[in-house]
Amino acid sequence: MATVYIDDKPYTADPAQNMLFTSLTLGFNLPYFCWHPAMGSVGACRQCAVKQFRDENDTRGKLVMACMTPAADGTRIAIHDPDATKFRAGVIEGLMTNHPHDCPVCDEGGECHLQDMTVMTGHDYRRYPYDKRTFRNQYLGPFVNQEMNRCIQCYRCVRFYREYAGGRDFNSFALRDLVFFGRHKDGVLENEFSGNLVEVCPTGVFTDATLKHHYTRKWDLQFAPSICTHCGLGCNTSPGERYGMLRRIVNRYNGEVNGYFLCDRGRYGYECVNSPQRIRQPLLRREGVAQPVSRAEALRAARELLAGKQNVIGIGSPRASLEANFALRTLVGPDHFFAGMADDEHRLLTKMIQVLRSTPARTPSLREIEQCDAVLVLGEDPTNFAPRLALALRQSVRQQPFAATDKMRIPRWLDHAVREAVQDDKGPLFIASTHATRLDDIAARTFRAAPTDIARLGFAVARALDTSAPATSMSGEAVALAAQIAQALKTAHRPLIIAGGGLNSESVIEAAANVARALDTVGKEARLSFTVPECNSMGLALMGAAPLSAAFAAVKDADAVIVLENDLGRHMPQPALREFFERAFHVIALDCLTNATTERAELVLPAGTFAESDGTLVSSEGRAQRFFQVFVPSGDIQESWRWLCDLGALRENSEMADWKELDDVIIALSNAIPALAGIVNAAPFSGLRLAGEKVPREPHRYSGRTAMHANINVSEPKPPDDPDSPLSFSMEGFPDQPPSALIPFFWTPGWNSIQSTNFYQKEIAGPLRGGDPGARLIESGASDGSGYFIRVPQAFAPREGEWLVVPAYHIFGSDEQSLHSAAIAEVAPKPYIAMNPEDAVLLALRPESLAEVKVDGSSYRVQVRVRPDMPKGIAALLVGVPPVVGVHLPAWGTLQPAQLPVEGGPERAA
Amino acid sequence: MPLSAEERREIEAEFPRYPTRRAVCIDAMKIVQRHRGWISDESLEDIAQLLEMSLDELDGVATFYNLLFRKPVGRHVVLLCDSVSCWIMGYDRLRERLCSKLGARLGETTADGRFTLLPIVCLGACDHAPAMMVDEDLHRDLDPEKAEQALENYK
Amino acid sequence: MEKPLTQHVRRDGEMLDLRAYEAVGGYQGMRRVLRMDPREVQQLVKDSTLRGRGGAGFPTGMKWSFVPMGPDAPHPKYLICNADEMEPGTFKDRLLLEATPHQLIEGMSIAAWAIQAEVAYIFLRGEYVESARRLQKALAEACEARYLGRNIFGSGYSLEMHLHTSAGRYMCGEETGLLNALEGKRANPRTKPPFPQVSGLFGKPSIVQNVETLCTLPHIVNNGAEWFKKLSRTADGGTKLYGASGKVKRPGLWELPMGTTVRELLEEYAGGMREGLRFRGLLPGGASTDFLTEEHLDVPMDFTAVQKAGSRMGTGTMIVLDDKTCPVGMVWNLEKFFAQESCGWCTPCWSGLNWTERTLRALEEGRGREGDLEKLAYQTWFNAPGNTFCALAPGSAEPLQSALKYFREDFERHIHDKRCPWK
Ligand SMILES: Cc1cc2nc3c(=O)[nH]c(=O)nc-3n(C[C@H](O)[C@H](O)[C@H](O)COP(=O)(O)O)c2cc1C
Ligand code: SF4
Ligand code: FES
Repeated sequence: MATVYIDDKPYTADPAQNMLFTSLTLGFNLPYFCWHPAMGSVGACRQCAVKQFRDENDTRGKLVMACMTPAADGTRIAIHDPDATKFRAGVIEGLMTNHPHDCPVCDEGGECHLQDMTVMTGHDYRRYPYDKRTFRNQYLGPFVNQEMNRCIQCYRCVRFYREYAGGRDFNSFALRDLVFFGRHKDGVLENEFSGNLVEVCPTGVFTDATLKHHYTRKWDLQFAPSICTHCGLGCNTSPGERYGMLRRIVNRYNGEVNGYFLCDRGRYGYECVNSPQRIRQPLLRREGVAQPVSRAEALRAARELLAGKQNVIGIGSPRASLEANFALRTLVGPDHFFAGMADDEHRLLTKMIQVLRSTPARTPSLREIEQCDAVLVLGEDPTNFAPRLALALRQSVRQQPFAATDKMRIPRWLDHAVREAVQDDKGPLFIASTHATRLDDIAARTFRAAPTDIARLGFAVARALDTSAPATSMSGEAVALAAQIAQALKTAHRPLIIAGGGLNSESVIEAAANVARALDTVGKEARLSFTVPECNSMGLALMGAAPLSAAFAAVKDADAVIVLENDLGRHMPQPALREFFERAFHVIALDCLTNATTERAELVLPAGTFAESDGTLVSSEGRAQRFFQVFVPSGDIQESWRWLCDLGALRENSEMADWKELDDVIIALSNAIPALAGIVNAAPFSGLRLAGEKVPREPHRYSGRTAMHANINVSEPKPPDDPDSPLSFSMEGFPDQPPSALIPFFWTPGWNSIQSTNFYQKEIAGPLRGGDPGARLIESGASDGSGYFIRVPQAFAPREGEWLVVPAYHIFGSDEQSLHSAAIAEVAPKPYIAMNPEDAVLLALRPESLAEVKVDGSSYRVQVRVRPDMPKGIAALLVGVPPVVGVHLPAWGTLQPAQLPVEGGPERAA
Repeated sequence: MPLSAEERREIEAEFPRYPTRRAVCIDAMKIVQRHRGWISDESLEDIAQLLEMSLDELDGVATFYNLLFRKPVGRHVVLLCDSVSCWIMGYDRLRERLCSKLGARLGETTADGRFTLLPIVCLGACDHAPAMMVDEDLHRDLDPEKAEQALENYK
Repeated sequence: MEKPLTQHVRRDGEMLDLRAYEAVGGYQGMRRVLRMDPREVQQLVKDSTLRGRGGAGFPTGMKWSFVPMGPDAPHPKYLICNADEMEPGTFKDRLLLEATPHQLIEGMSIAAWAIQAEVAYIFLRGEYVESARRLQKALAEACEARYLGRNIFGSGYSLEMHLHTSAGRYMCGEETGLLNALEGKRANPRTKPPFPQVSGLFGKPSIVQNVETLCTLPHIVNNGAEWFKKLSRTADGGTKLYGASGKVKRPGLWELPMGTTVRELLEEYAGGMREGLRFRGLLPGGASTDFLTEEHLDVPMDFTAVQKAGSRMGTGTMIVLDDKTCPVGMVWNLEKFFAQESCGWCTPCWSGLNWTERTLRALEEGRGREGDLEKLAYQTWFNAPGNTFCALAPGSAEPLQSALKYFREDFERHIHDKRCPWK
């Protein structure tokens, strides 16, 4: 630790940091633009100028940039020096010469870092009398809006997009005061993390294009701490609502999970909440026709279906909260409760949990993944399956080069100096996958093969590390690769193996486990991370219920089936689904969006989405995290667990009769299921009061509350109660920083933008004060002596006339709910099948033509993509985009040119 | 028009001189410009591909530098030095004469496509100011008459 | 008077080819250093008190001493010749490049040996077409004669040397901007530290040195440090290429002892002002130096003395202002150059220079207002050294701040008369 002096007072500082970091960490209001806590210093904007003095006798000092000045022992700076103050005001004045001063019509207004810094420096009078430069804006796609005239040339956008996120279709163009930040020409931004530009840009150049359609100022939004439901990683989000409509999502900092950044699926998937497909009223199907009915009618119908019935089964869901799943389990009894996922998925998850518990390897958080210095990805396509993970891996390849720049004494925060010294050097990342991934550009080596061969590579790596691991016979090339990977993992400080749910292969999981175990055997502490398909896959698996096939078997004897937030069609192929509904006479579905299941169910109950309910989700890390209701929905929509309690009352379920609020469910759940006992620590109970008050969901400047409903009733309604959380639906309440799991939005005096996050952390970019939210449920066992997995799968052998169809995912499209967002749907690909050029020739399939794919009992007409990255004998089918849902892959299938439709008419691609 | 074999050969000949491909990009653009007078979007795309760069990366470089032309130019490019020594020695008069003679302002190409008139920073001929360059030829100690005459030799 | 750098410049303007260069003792210095320990060469250059001729005057030997040496040093190391010469009013390197390219190549080889660089680049500004032709020819001759390439004279030392012609930006002359340009990037400057000696071109140890600096090296090696120091009239050793442009009788370029006074240059060598004109001031070494006036005529032109006089020797090529030329117009011209060449990286530079240029334009066009001069003075403070990322903007402040000091009435008249009195 170093002692530094700021305005003549001594402070303790981290000498590995710079003086801007130090000043902000200490709570000083020192303005900045180009510096970013996750991206370090480049010294471009000159906004953070302070006076530096050599020692206490130096009275003259000189201006320096705090962000470029190491916090070395004895460093003396003055923030409140007259020259420094004058210079900082001058920088703002300079930045503003070209700025349009259009705050009233700017989307950033009210949460604009430039506004904040302008106020902070005291620049308030425009002296520049000349013309401003103007630009033509570009169309950048449905996610990000550009308004270049507002640009202040801080270079953050291009640094994030290109250097941090690895995007290549964005740059700075031209020079002097005319630098343009955008694309070479108009077009949709290609990078999957483009939405972060909205938060990275300190002013209104890049703003949320979806928010534009229903714009609301930050101060008028009602927020709640939430968790992204669009993949299994559990990024923390802060959704904002007004007038019953979800308006946007911004990042909610969690130092261990998403840090400062979200993927575009997570940021823009929210519009499913506002979708016209929303089920807002109970529906009762009579003679095949669904009729909207009142809540009372719906419950009456439910009573008929359930009351006194012995044999009611419940099917849970990997995208519903633990509480909802547990409510269903309690309603129908554990023996009648099924996990609502396909058998292979279920088997895989069970295996993952078993491995994580028994293998001496830690399941790392995303932050820990960023710090890993050698990575083996076995069979995954992170960008499309667990997107935020891909961004973390992009940082991990910087770890080994950091060691070199550390030796050169270049501080890590000196971002461009590090990058210039490192050039294109990258730490080892090995990607074994069935086809090209969006991380291949940073991979040391890629290996493209069938799932079994990927598993075999993993087994071979384990063997190369430890000769007591089972042997495989492989080609010389694969053996050499395995040796290279083993060497890289062994010599790393923090090796990581990633595998998971993408390939649906148990062997791959076992192979990954073997690598981790082998590393442990050679004395290396390994990390092992598994991706999972949905936001609560891990949680549901931890509940330990039987999978869909068991439900299926039970259905024909069942009096009724209750399906919780689950489109069964996404977990079973069409024929099976049809059969299911033929067997199951009485189906009650709870869900938020119309789908194949709700369209067949007899009774449909409108469930709240993540934005309209509270609950706990368990991420792939095994981190239980609570999401909180953002707003009270109109009409009959309510949380699934409450509907289930209503149904419980009909069945006179005594256990559920006591459940009045969420905490009751949480406590019952943690008592009933030991594996989930830890969820009580995910967030404070609803009874928490801070200085006697609740935490307000609405900012202190929330406006128009008295007028919002004036067209209906001039007297202001009482804010709704929230029995389920320590949050209130109002602007009154505890004014300071709440416990970290309860932060609805970031906002501190003088810092209205997301940059205010700085003041919620003990140390910038570190944990939130009081610790990052979430409770880890799975910790690795110490080396438990259980041995290696020994079932090495057979090498892949192509078949004649058949192709091994493997799943391909797409960040935009493969996720059920986010596809209901217009912006996501706009960029989602149409279903396709990708194959090797030689295979395409063999099959007489031309690029872009239609192919008929028969696999897993179904047949799909999809577009042909001919791609040299595909191994021969394997075809990748895009899954998740209707109608290609519910198919179990990998599986052998046949491919052929699609027949033209028999009856004329426009040919429709799938 | 895709890169000619000649252009490609010239660009590839630069590869061994630098440790990375992208380092060749300025040379590559200059090579194409030498052959075609300017660098079209299409040329940019071809060069980007050859150098394994994205268009955006290459254009970010192209738009930074002064001697890379992203718009068509005339048969001859006249670079008129507008820096301090030439300015002292009569740049303004020179410019006025050339502009009126050619019927083009700075930055423009004559209607007949013969000349493009561009300002340039100090040509390092200050002891012989004012100066200009026409294509690859430096003309020094100019006055409006001499400059006009000099242009006669470029058809 | 000895003129080591220019003694062999041919009268007919042709280049000294390899044969001719060898005939006057060319490449002897290089042969000599290959037998010396690199550190010995570094020490020799340190002892010679040679300071860089690119404008900043940094001691050359000292710069080299920061390069990591020995078997563990990163490789390859790079030696780069800065032949970008874009500083307005500067035309000294052009002469050396066109007349004696082999002298440069030899100088570069010596420097490369001293830091044990394997690769050298000549970064040449694009407009120097004739220099490029001659350098190409000289490089080919040198390779042919095995002065360059693998295992030079059986010493085991190999050196590749390449010519890179720039696509044009003043920023490319700034040594770190130059590195980015050579890497095929936008020529924004880089953070220092780390200095290029440690992490430079392609992340490897690199030295950037001006043409004139490099051309002196063969002579130092051949004649020794003491000889070199004695060439000078002052403490900064050697001769210097001095030049003058503007309305003097004989604009030109002369190699003279370091420390020759401004008056000698102006009156003896440049022949004084043209008929009917009076001297008002001069920029001693290119656009980014402060004006000197009548009172400074006896200042010796070397790094130390000119600095004391409130300016910088810069490139040593002076731009002379006469009494029939508008100082405001001249400063506007200079600031327009700087504003145009700002790379756009740091705020004081891109915003301040735009503002400065607009203000001067307004003044010159008769649209000046009260307060403009204060605003201009403020801009020079705003863009002071340390406040900006690189030295471009502080350089731009020098002529402006000194013009405001020495020609204040001229500025005021522009505002008061609402027009330029010279027009
Ligand atoms: C904006 C700017 C432009 C420069 N242009 C040149 C140049 O064209 N030639 C040059 O030798 N040095 C130039 N310099 C100085 C170089 O940065 C560097 O100091 C010099 O090349 C070092 O060589 P020397 O030590 O031999 O002088 C420039 C500096 C700045 C800030
Ligand atoms: S002073 Fe700043 S903007 Fe100007 S050239 Fe240097 S880095 Fe670029
Ligand atoms: S934040 Fe320090 S210079 Fe931009």
